[in-house]
Amino acid sequence: MSRKFFKPRSRAVAGLAAAVALGTVLAACGGGSDSDGGDTAAAGTQADLDAALEAGGELTYWSWTPSAKDQVAAFEKAYPNVKVNYANVGTNVDEYTKLTNAIEAGSGAPDVAQVEYYAIPQYALSESLLDLNSYGLGELESSYTASTWGQVTVDGKLFGLPQDSGPMAMFYNEKSFEAAGVTEVPKTWDEYIAAAKKVNEYNPDWHITSDTGDGGQTLSMIWQAGGHPLNVDGDKININFEDEGSKKYTAMWNQLHEADLLSDQVGWTDEWFRAMGDGSLVTLLSGAWMPGNMIANAAAGSGDWKVAPMPTYDGGTPVTAESGGSSMAVIKQSENPALAAAFVRWLNHDPESIKIFIESGGFPSTTADLSDPAFTGAESEYFGGQKINEVLAAAAGTVQPNWSYLPIQAYANTIFGDTAGKTSYNNNSDLNAGLAAWKAKIDEYATQQGFTVE
Amino acid sequence: MSSSTLSRPDSEGRAARRKARKDPGRPGAQKSIALTVLMGAFLIYTVLPLFWLVVNASKTQEQLFDSFGLWFADGFSLFSNISDTLSYQDGIFGRWILNTLLYVVIGAGGATLLATLAGYGMAKYRFPGRGAVFAIVLGAVAVPGTALAVPTFLMFSKMDLTNTIWAVIIPSLISPFGLYLMWVFAIEAVPTEILEAARMDGASELRTFFTISVKLLAPGIVTVLLFTTVATWNNYFLPLIMLSDPDLYPLTVGLNQWNAQAQSAGSQPVFDLVLTGSLLSIIPIVVAFLVLQRQWQSGLSAGSVK
Amino acid sequence: MTMASATAATVPPTSPPVRRKTRRNWRGWIFVGPFMAVFALVFIAPLAYAIYLSLFRRQLIGGNSFVGLDNYVQLFQDAAFWTSLTRVLLFLVIQVPIMLIIALVAAMIIDGARIYGANLFRIALFLPYAVPAVVAVLMWGFIYGDQFGLVGQLNDAIGTGFNPFDPSWILVSIGNIVTWSFVGYNMLLFYTTLKTIPAELYEAAELDGANQLWIMRAIKLPALRGTLVIATIFSIIGSFQLFNEPNILRPLVKSIITTDYTPNMYAYNLAFSGQQQNYSATVAIVMGLVTAIIAYVVQLRGSRTEDR
Repeated sequence: MSRKFFKPRSRAVAGLAAAVALGTVLAACGGGSDSDGGDTAAAGTQADLDAALEAGGELTYWSWTPSAKDQVAAFEKAYPNVKVNYANVGTNVDEYTKLTNAIEAGSGAPDVAQVEYYAIPQYALSESLLDLNSYGLGELESSYTASTWGQVTVDGKLFGLPQDSGPMAMFYNEKSFEAAGVTEVPKTWDEYIAAAKKVNEYNPDWHITSDTGDGGQTLSMIWQAGGHPLNVDGDKININFEDEGSKKYTAMWNQLHEADLLSDQVGWTDEWFRAMGDGSLVTLLSGAWMPGNMIANAAAGSGDWKVAPMPTYDGGTPVTAESGGSSMAVIKQSENPALAAAFVRWLNHDPESIKIFIESGGFPSTTADLSDPAFTGAESEYFGGQKINEVLAAAAGTVQPNWSYLPIQAYANTIFGDTAGKTSYNNNSDLNAGLAAWKAKIDEYATQQGFTVE
Repeated sequence: MSSSTLSRPDSEGRAARRKARKDPGRPGAQKSIALTVLMGAFLIYTVLPLFWLVVNASKTQEQLFDSFGLWFADGFSLFSNISDTLSYQDGIFGRWILNTLLYVVIGAGGATLLATLAGYGMAKYRFPGRGAVFAIVLGAVAVPGTALAVPTFLMFSKMDLTNTIWAVIIPSLISPFGLYLMWVFAIEAVPTEILEAARMDGASELRTFFTISVKLLAPGIVTVLLFTTVATWNNYFLPLIMLSDPDLYPLTVGLNQWNAQAQSAGSQPVFDLVLTGSLLSIIPIVVAFLVLQRQWQSGLSAGSVK
Repeated sequence: MTMASATAATVPPTSPPVRRKTRRNWRGWIFVGPFMAVFALVFIAPLAYAIYLSLFRRQLIGGNSFVGLDNYVQLFQDAAFWTSLTRVLLFLVIQVPIMLIIALVAAMIIDGARIYGANLFRIALFLPYAVPAVVAVLMWGFIYGDQFGLVGQLNDAIGTGFNPFDPSWILVSIGNIVTWSFVGYNMLLFYTTLKTIPAELYEAAELDGANQLWIMRAIKLPALRGTLVIATIFSIIGSFQLFNEPNILRPLVKSIITTDYTPNMYAYNLAFSGQQQNYSATVAIVMGLVTAIIAYVVQLRGSRTEDR
């Protein structure tokens, strides 16, 4: 056996060499065609978009928005000449993996894709998205909240139209607060920490909220604290979790985190939703898109919950941050960019589409809808008749300005668990150490990718 | 593998002896209750999760977490779950079943054909490059398939094959295990003398293969077919990266997408459907194994001794 | 790729004896050709492409450049890679022997005809092999849940606090899923081998007054050696390619099952999340080499012991 194993070595080597040669040829064929081909013809005005809609054509659209299917149906009804092939290819990172692969491969990408705000800089850097200014969509700026518009704009280029916004608020279980003796809704983080202790003393299985280490959530919390840890200037990257805002956040959150006052339920699992329903998870610090999920998945909590602005550090006027939120972007590979841009404009600007979106539980980014009395005045049964949109729409106007994400944010968020999670979350130790570990790994990656790390 | 099997006994004598030994083990051995109990414990370990799946596929989403995991809850919801599973998202689950069947029929069928031909060729012919074939197959298989996924994806997309059924089918046409099994099986199952005789009669090699050898290879073919069927049925990673259109998904990828669905704003967890779907997806393959057990076990026993 | 399909062929069948009557000519390619053509397309070409890729480095800023063996040098200094490799080695030296010993004992018991319902056992133990890895992990994931899963309910019942997702238990939990999936498969491999032992051997042993233990040592184990080597090599390769189980469990425990938990997950995440396809290809090639070498050593040792 063993002798036989080696006998054909010379021929095997020859075979391998042939295979290598073959691979080189294949690779050589593959090279070069990676370059983006779409930048040439895309230029015009909004009038061209109207014309494209009339002329019609076929589009592919990737999204995981629950209302996407209904929106597409309404669109096709309004513009019978256009056929939209809609597919849900996976949620956020799953979609990005496919999108990036298709862009890399040079074919197979959709014309229009849902891209979250944090991922916009990444695709902007790789020049994968169409600058919608080339069809005059920049004119729509005044229709959207400043914080969402800011997130789809990179260096003056417009890479998508905002779909929803996620200004953060504090959702709380009023009944649990009452049971635990928390009589006043926390307005500052100090009060929040005091409430956390009361809740946990009342019932050791109850927790003020959960945190198992999530990069996106952590950044939003730092954002809310006024931090600017992620600084990008062209190909220079500077990550600084030592700035005032970041320190404010870690000093505050450590008091909960190190004292083991937070639940270790993983977000979006059934356990998590059940804890919302049975009152053991007492608050959620989450984006304005949260109510729809609670209504659908934590029905048992109906009537117990309320919403309030995020607690502040200084007791002053409430400020908040964005958590999540998506835009629709046109991929440069699109062979019909005008039609794709027109579709994006309809999806996230046309009142009919936005109405469908809001009815499915979405939280809009358009100022007209956010200030529409029909929207803000709606009473939510789940929230005991509270006009929750009033609180949430107000939050949308108090988002801390000038936030930016890294052009490698998706990967950075992926390795949060590897670094900060491993360092700080497995043993409830100092968050600063975890953030330092995260920074080190991102810096290393950024350097490998050719960025100048400062 | 070992020296004892290297110096292979002549095939006829061995087959004869194998036939002679009907009862496994020592004839007349006394039954042991202790051993039966020990094996019973082992049986519980392997069957318990399957039992759990059946039990929980019969519960509503609410009951899944309210009731004791290893027994049925009030109201047997299996059938309503099945109809929910089949009708959810416009009945896409049925589409996934059909896709999986298509991938299995073409993929596993093709893999079995190629492996049978190649294993037979390796066993019965000496030809230039035979050693290299062996070495290359061996070396390539040791490289983690998941890591080759990217180059494969890039290549396939240059050939416009991604997001088509061929992106799933073509890679599953290769079953090195099938090649191995057929190789070993063919050595004994097809006596070289028969081939010589056929050649004397002027039959072409392919004709000989399809008229004579195939029949002799039948048990091996059934075994390879079953194993390639399992491999294709369970294929997850490759379709996951190759396909972006849910209408082309096989069951595994579709089920995992339903499972992951809970983790996004605005959508609904459907754990009850995931469990029912999982149950539905393993039933056909289990039935196939049970029905064909006589065939594949005889094929396997021929293959594994070497 | 399932463990069986990916792994089996690494074990060469004993090179079939050279049939003296068979002439050496090209006709064999009629049969081997189609397989090799497809094989070249789906294995060799991507492998060659991976080797090619591993010599380059593509950056988000700066584009593509030839770097020679830099990626390999980097890999040898990459602590994340070595940690993950050590982890699968640990997994291998613990999980594989346990699984194979259980399979071996079960095969011997069933073959020994000393239990009731041997047929039922043989088939039932094999069933998990037919369960897709995705479904197996989903099932066990639910069972492991320490709040609402079966483990949680058992904990409540007997007052323990066992958590299968604890950092110190997670590898065991993964090992359990793998064992569950493949123990019956290995058992069946052993069992079918045992069935081919000629009855005369047992009869002769009985005439000599040998007991069961002696028969096991002198007849059964030697007969199983070849199969054991094959099964070991399959399992080694399966361990080195560990991916599906940890990857599907990962969303539940991101700070424990990290993106570089196993070499295969590392390669996958480098390529798909990190856009480092060149480095990912390097990881794949080095892992392939390591796997091939270890599989070869095991095989060599397996046959050498036998020669004595």
